[in-house]
Amino acid sequence: MIRSTHLPLIVTLLTFVLAYALCASQYPTMLSWRVVANLLTDNAFLGIVAVGMTFVILSGGIDLSVGSVIAFTGVFLAVILRDTSLHPLTAFALVLVITTAFGAAMGATIHYLDMPAFIVTLAGMFLARGAAYVLSTDSVSITHEFYDVLQSMYWKTASGGRFRLIGFVMVLTFIVGALVAHRTRFGQNVYALGGGAGAARLMGVPVASTTIGIYAVSGGLAGLSGIVFSLYTSAGYSLATVGVELDAIAAVVIGGTLLTGGYGFVAGSFFGILIMGLIQTYIVFDGTLSSWWTKIVIGGLLFAFILLQKGLTWASTARKKAATGFIAQS
Amino acid sequence: MTNDSLPMLHATGISKFFPGTIALDDVDLTLHRGEIHALLGENGAGKSTLIKCLTGVYRRDGGAIMLDGQTVDPTSTNHSQSLGIGTVYQEVNLLPNLTVAENLYLGRQPMRGPFVARRAMNEAARTSLKGFGIDIDPAQPLSTYSVAVQQVVAIARAVEMSGKVLILDEPTASLDLDEVKLLFSVIRQLKSRGIAIVFITHFLDQVFDLCDRATVLRNGQVVGSRVLKDVSQRDIVTLMLGRQLDTAPSAAKSAAVGAPLLQIESLGKSGMLDPFSLTIRKGEVVGLAGLLGSGRTETSKLVFGAVRADSGTMKLNGKDISVTSPRDAVAHGFALCPEDRKTEGIIGDLSVRDNIVLALQARQGWLRPIPRRKVDEIAEHYVRTLDIRLANLDVPIRLLSGGNQQKALLARWLATDPDVLILDEPTRGIDIGAHAEIIALIGRLQQDGMALLVASSEMEELVAYANRVIVLRDRKQVGELVGADITSVNIIKAIAAETRHEALQ
Amino acid sequence: MTRSPFLKRITPQLIILAIVLLLNVLVLPDFFTVKFQNGRLFGNIIDVLNRGAPTALLCVGMTLVIATKGIDLSVGAVMAIAGATAASLVVEGQHWTTAVMGALAVGALCGAWNGILVAFLRIQPIVATLVLMVAGRGIAQLITEGTILTFLDQGLIHLGAGTVLGIPTPILIWLSLGSFAAFLVRRTALGLLIESIGINEASSRLAGINSRVLLLCVYVVSGIGAAVAGVIVTADIQGADANNAGLWLELDAILAVVIGGNSLLGGKFSIVASLLGAMIIQSVNSVILLSGMPPEFNLVIKALLILAILVIQSPKVSHIIYILRASTPPAKVDRPNPAKELKR
Repeated sequence: MIRSTHLPLIVTLLTFVLAYALCASQYPTMLSWRVVANLLTDNAFLGIVAVGMTFVILSGGIDLSVGSVIAFTGVFLAVILRDTSLHPLTAFALVLVITTAFGAAMGATIHYLDMPAFIVTLAGMFLARGAAYVLSTDSVSITHEFYDVLQSMYWKTASGGRFRLIGFVMVLTFIVGALVAHRTRFGQNVYALGGGAGAARLMGVPVASTTIGIYAVSGGLAGLSGIVFSLYTSAGYSLATVGVELDAIAAVVIGGTLLTGGYGFVAGSFFGILIMGLIQTYIVFDGTLSSWWTKIVIGGLLFAFILLQKGLTWASTARKKAATGFIAQS
Repeated sequence: MTNDSLPMLHATGISKFFPGTIALDDVDLTLHRGEIHALLGENGAGKSTLIKCLTGVYRRDGGAIMLDGQTVDPTSTNHSQSLGIGTVYQEVNLLPNLTVAENLYLGRQPMRGPFVARRAMNEAARTSLKGFGIDIDPAQPLSTYSVAVQQVVAIARAVEMSGKVLILDEPTASLDLDEVKLLFSVIRQLKSRGIAIVFITHFLDQVFDLCDRATVLRNGQVVGSRVLKDVSQRDIVTLMLGRQLDTAPSAAKSAAVGAPLLQIESLGKSGMLDPFSLTIRKGEVVGLAGLLGSGRTETSKLVFGAVRADSGTMKLNGKDISVTSPRDAVAHGFALCPEDRKTEGIIGDLSVRDNIVLALQARQGWLRPIPRRKVDEIAEHYVRTLDIRLANLDVPIRLLSGGNQQKALLARWLATDPDVLILDEPTRGIDIGAHAEIIALIGRLQQDGMALLVASSEMEELVAYANRVIVLRDRKQVGELVGADITSVNIIKAIAAETRHEALQ
Repeated sequence: MTRSPFLKRITPQLIILAIVLLLNVLVLPDFFTVKFQNGRLFGNIIDVLNRGAPTALLCVGMTLVIATKGIDLSVGAVMAIAGATAASLVVEGQHWTTAVMGALAVGALCGAWNGILVAFLRIQPIVATLVLMVAGRGIAQLITEGTILTFLDQGLIHLGAGTVLGIPTPILIWLSLGSFAAFLVRRTALGLLIESIGINEASSRLAGINSRVLLLCVYVVSGIGAAVAGVIVTADIQGADANNAGLWLELDAILAVVIGGNSLLGGKFSIVASLLGAMIIQSVNSVILLSGMPPEFNLVIKALLILAILVIQSPKVSHIIYILRASTPPAKVDRPNPAKELKR
């Protein structure tokens, strides 16, 4: 039996398959490993941050700071590698600690001050972007042999597609994210918060540590995404990745997660990312379409999925009423 | 007080402040092993606050708690659960988006390594629920099941988690008679296991049926603790109110009713209420009786247009009218005091003054604001005539007691000078003083020639003021009682006639 | 206390504004000096009023939307769409009044879209307005065809860069629209009805309030406010920049509303306090600019400002303050018990 909670995920999958089939029927070359590999590489940073965003949204929250945190991470790495002799791995560890702590601090603020996530992460967004500006307002390029090593790690298919390291990092993040969300206690607590913070508290869910954990995960993954982004661009720039939080939110919703929390799957966000990447690839292949169509189509998809979720909510309320007679009848 | 053994739970001097309020003032509570202890008091007396302090939802601002001889300091529900204090709250406080099994085992899932062992969890849930008399698929989301099933899951969860104390906060409020029986047998079984049980309810009959002892709260203070077999219901009510209760509520019921005012023809909505016809005359009180979920509230909502009917017509004074929204209803001179005051009645943060004039203002439209002086005049008039007790008119209405909130809502509608006044459970959850006043008011309004439609679960109340009682069952009108036939016995007979009574499996 | 409730309500905002303006004076002693040159007023304080116009215009609608328990994330994108509309109309040779009317109509349309999603399809405001926030700039680029659409129509430019009686037009526009809105909601019953929807919509509907239409109107007002702001910004730079017009201004507008002491959870509101909030934000920008601090600090300071407000507004903090106040004076002063007084 297909549960209604699975339906958005299935619709996302079908949308992806259909969109890909449509693209491929028009441009058969899009059906190549090269395109698939690029899809993964180009969207790696967005995918990683979308995993964190999925956790946040599942819990009924929102994290507007991730775009700024990515930019901060890039600038931080660039400046550290330029001005000190730290090994990139040490710098990676350092920046992950900083961004995770930053996320945790936002989570703590949300929980202990009892304020909407929206406004707290807005402050976080300003803070992280401001910190990036303060470090450097110019684009700082990264030249380190270790970066070259990492960038040259890829697995080449026969047809010339290059699956790069950062693509693997994204896929791995999704796998780990899915396991944590669906198979651990922390994951169940995240869903519990999304189902209703009040009820979750009464049921003994550790609301404080879960909230802090969720935003720490989101912050940490934004940091990881920043590392990946700096590998992707070989530079750190404080004006980079403006608005990425919106893309991540859009990907999560297109992936079938209910924006108000409680329902959704990490795997859905993966296909959400791929759908968005596919639209961009299609526009590149077409050549005549302008880039702004990306935004309009994504907006349209967002709308379609919001309507779908709304329809399902209505349907399930109607169904529950019908089930009221359960005890008496069975 | 008996003190034959060490009490299971001994709380002393519990105090709790909220901004502007002292919710609990030096409260003591003692629970013995294997005791079912009723916690009684009017709404707002501090029962829920006390429970929340005992279970760590609120941090108490003073006092000590001894559990099983040990001093404990619960800091969260998690903590109090681990100590052995489990709670089932008034509304089903589970998570509709999780499966039944996940709800049952949230926070204590069987693990395999770092992961939740799903299959084992579902098996355990199925077995556990069978013990409570229901056989369902625990892998389905909780939201697919009815409220009754959800309530049983909540109780199962609390029972499994609490070794020592189980707190039941109005668990019977949304259950029918058979489900209540089932619940009571479960509670008695737990009592025999030596668990100390706190039972909170508004139904005094249930208290005397089930409980051993009762502690009564009033205005955040304990006014007494009694062994129930030594006292009568009247004693307990006296404790709760602090004064002798007047004899059964009565309203001067005038038999003379006027011309037909509102004629309802086969109004209904599929899945909600079967089409029904009803004529209400001027100066007539029509009562709606039936069990919870029988269609009382649905009837009042359909007539008022709060829910749009999908069949039927209405005539007011012989003319066809169309009521598709509360706005239409108000325009035609209808008024509705809903059952759920908090979520459908009051505008909590607005002042009492604004709450009283709201419906009148909404009817006049935003372009014609009621002048400030007129507003004060109206508000003061009703505060005086309905005896609404408050510090001043600027107080946010949420700070008033239930009875005063209900009176302010009545004032809101009386200010619009309605022809048809619909009251859904007008006396639910309010103190007995206000209770009697509202019943008297219904009598007065009827004598003034208003047509009233009153849904109530209190038979005596209906007997006191109704000229006619419509009995509902299974979302259908099944009977009508008029005049001298209106007695509690007859109403119950009409409700119970050929009622199917399948028990829980 | 003889202060009127209105003054009492906006006192915190006035104090914060005074402090920030004082900082401005400390940094630049002749901050308040206003000169009259070439038929126009010049001065730093005039600049603050002028530059704050877009945020001020946005925060009028945003205050009403937030009062109904909603939020409008799309206003920045609507600014871009409206600006693009106005610019493309004058470039096509239409009269500037037609262009402005066109822009306002488009703004109202965008607001109506949001309003329909929220009021009739019952989609959460943050979700509903996200759609237009994401797609809006794409639509604006569609209108400008991806370029920065420049124009030379003096009538339109006057709205952003001109003056009336020496006062820059944007100041007059936001002051008049802002005070009109503030006056309207308090002199009619609109304010009461909007607050009542924001506090408890179900109750309001049952009291006979036409909550859906009112909700729709509130979003339309927000859309129109965004359109006016978009026209001003476009007129000021004499071109429609679909990518950058109004970028992140929705966040400034929300911030202004929050600084104005309005709860994000809906209910009681004050438009005047929000307008003061908008001016506070602009004055902070001004301090940073005048003090020669790198503009990079602007965001950090804004973030700290938000955090400070969060702490002040937090219900938990106010509870702690209450406990402290209740426990500091000698414990047994025959505690008055409001709850008891109310219930007896």
